[in-house]
Amino acid sequence: MSLKTEELVLNMGPQHPSTHGVLRLELLVDGEIVKNVIPHLGYLHRCFEKHTEALQYFQIVPYTDRLDYLASMGNNFGYVLTIEKLLKIEVPERVEYIRVITAELQRIASHLVAIGTFGIDVGAFTPFLFCFRDREIILNLFEEITGARFLYNFMAVGGLNYDLSNGWVDKVKDFIKYFRPKLKELNDLLSFNKIFIERTASVGILPADMAINYGVSGPMLRASGVKYDIRKNDPYSIYNRFDFDIPVGQGLQGTVGDTWDRYWVRVLEIEESLKIVEQAIEQIPEGDVKAAIPKKIKPPVGTAYGRVENPRGELGFFVVSDGGNNPFRVKVRPPSFCNLSVINEICKNNLVSDVVAILGSTDIVLGEVDR
Amino acid sequence: MNNLVQEIIVNLLLAAAPLFLWILPYALLAVYLERKISGFMQDRLGPMRVGKWGLLQSLADIVKLLQKEDIMADAVDKKLFNLAPLLVFIGSYAAFATIPFSSIYIGSNIDLGVFFVTAISALVVAGLLLGAWASNNKYSLYGGMRTAAQIVSYEIPTAIVILSVVIIAGTFNLKEMSEQQTANIFNWYIFGGPELGLKKFILIPFMLVGTVIYFISSLAEVNRTPFDIPEAESEIIGGYHTEYSGMKFAFFFLAEYANMFAVSAIITILFFGGYQSPFGYLGNLLNIKWLVGVEQIFWFLFKGLLFVFVQMWLRWTLPRLRIDQLMVTCWKYLIPISLVNLIIIAFISLL
Repeated sequence: MSLKTEELVLNMGPQHPSTHGVLRLELLVDGEIVKNVIPHLGYLHRCFEKHTEALQYFQIVPYTDRLDYLASMGNNFGYVLTIEKLLKIEVPERVEYIRVITAELQRIASHLVAIGTFGIDVGAFTPFLFCFRDREIILNLFEEITGARFLYNFMAVGGLNYDLSNGWVDKVKDFIKYFRPKLKELNDLLSFNKIFIERTASVGILPADMAINYGVSGPMLRASGVKYDIRKNDPYSIYNRFDFDIPVGQGLQGTVGDTWDRYWVRVLEIEESLKIVEQAIEQIPEGDVKAAIPKKIKPPVGTAYGRVENPRGELGFFVVSDGGNNPFRVKVRPPSFCNLSVINEICKNNLVSDVVAILGSTDIVLGEVDR
Repeated sequence: MNNLVQEIIVNLLLAAAPLFLWILPYALLAVYLERKISGFMQDRLGPMRVGKWGLLQSLADIVKLLQKEDIMADAVDKKLFNLAPLLVFIGSYAAFATIPFSSIYIGSNIDLGVFFVTAISALVVAGLLLGAWASNNKYSLYGGMRTAAQIVSYEIPTAIVILSVVIIAGTFNLKEMSEQQTANIFNWYIFGGPELGLKKFILIPFMLVGTVIYFISSLAEVNRTPFDIPEAESEIIGGYHTEYSGMKFAFFFLAEYANMFAVSAIITILFFGGYQSPFGYLGNLLNIKWLVGVEQIFWFLFKGLLFVFVQMWLRWTLPRLRIDQLMVTCWKYLIPISLVNLIIIAFISLL
């Protein structure tokens, strides 16, 4: 007589300590082994794209903040880049430099959140607090120039809403000097911890061809060995003036494209962003940040697609203009949505604990998955 | 007959009261310490508002838990649901009965001391499984299954290491073991035991191995990180205690801290001299006999709390192991090593 075994439907529901946001994952498990993962989305849908049809072009900028709320500067950047493409306007040098500096600082802050919460998912509670302590300094820097800690509304079409305050550049230099040893401390605590490596190496392997087929982008794609970064492959703004590397996953602790690689690529990217900020603050020219902001935004009939390298991947805006004050359509290509689509494939035949680790390493933000 | 009953009750009170005088305040202290220590390790302060430096925080927590509504979902199995925290509580607290706090106080001086502790701690498994099953919740069931597998597996290296110490000590009685490790820090079992000679020095590396194995297994017994998969907050929310609230949750919670102290106490008695002081006794110096007993209590609590501190330290430093890695650690590494250790120690003790 054989024992009757069934597959269990386990619901990691919208409220869960480790689905980052309101994501519902329906797991079909056989004991502890996962057979199927079905993500259910839409719990954070706020009709962003519909709203844009009723707003004027410059009014949409605060709404873009709230897409990927952990990378607001990047979202702003993507949107204003697209509209500037549509209007064919050039922005002053100072604006470009400040945009790059804030975007890179935002990348550091976002990766710190990703690393910290990934640590919690795996059971290490302390790196989370270390990451957030360092992120506080970045948030204070941003609060000084924009007035907000979190959702900045900093960039405007053709320029910036605010200029830098006095002494901000020196504070950024102090931050870089303070932060580099902290990165080393984080590596000592978490990255090369044997238990952490056991939990994440060779778990959730994403092969490079599958990544490309599913449209994965950002650190997740680079961890699978594909050296593709929009800042190098399709440079926008002034990124081609800076000297930085694109970290790629090499399977140092396991296989190429496993969870440890995705985590390690993010840690390396923090270092690269520090390099970019260092170079940029040496070179900031003087100027008026609001000089090129048009009085009235009424683009000609046409379309434009602008894309930026957000901390989570390629954020794209496709804007269709019909000649009026409001856009006809703004479509967002969110990186987390495409990154999430691959989760069924990479979670198969792993344990339930691994699903949590893999989900943490995809680093999704439900704000942009659901918009 | 009346006299007998009176005697039993008086003895019970005399034996049990000091125990509860320690354990309940310790549980409150441990909760406060955990929050403060974790705060300091994480570059923050911990509780600071309730009383100076947050000292009354535990009291506030207890009052909160006591006045909470006892939520019981409709579909739970009522009898088992109510029984589970009691079993866990009993299993953790009764283990203290045979642990000698000093030469003048032991709850019950039976010849099977360490055997009793291991056996009573096993009640905890029954309680956890019952709680997990009775909650009628898939997550709790996961937690319960994992915890049962974990605790039952890790009892084996625990028992084997205890056996190897018993071979050296010659007795299961915890008080005798502590008495044997007297006079000198180098008489402690981790340094080979009280008898001087070749045997003692050869034993030292194997006793060290035994200490490490016992410490790791005891972490798994009390469900502390890196073995806290049964209550892995980020995966299955609360595991076996997801559905509990109020006083029942307090039972689980306090029983965990009591268990932590119980295994710390056992490891100090087995390896680190029990209640013996590493230097001498002030009481002996000043010729005050009763002071020695009091000093021994201090040393015992100090060593026990030191190991509790190490357990807390590890919790906030290390990530957690996955359930299959946990099992591999136990069955493929700890058990063979401890078995070989036992055999070698047995041979050496024959010399």
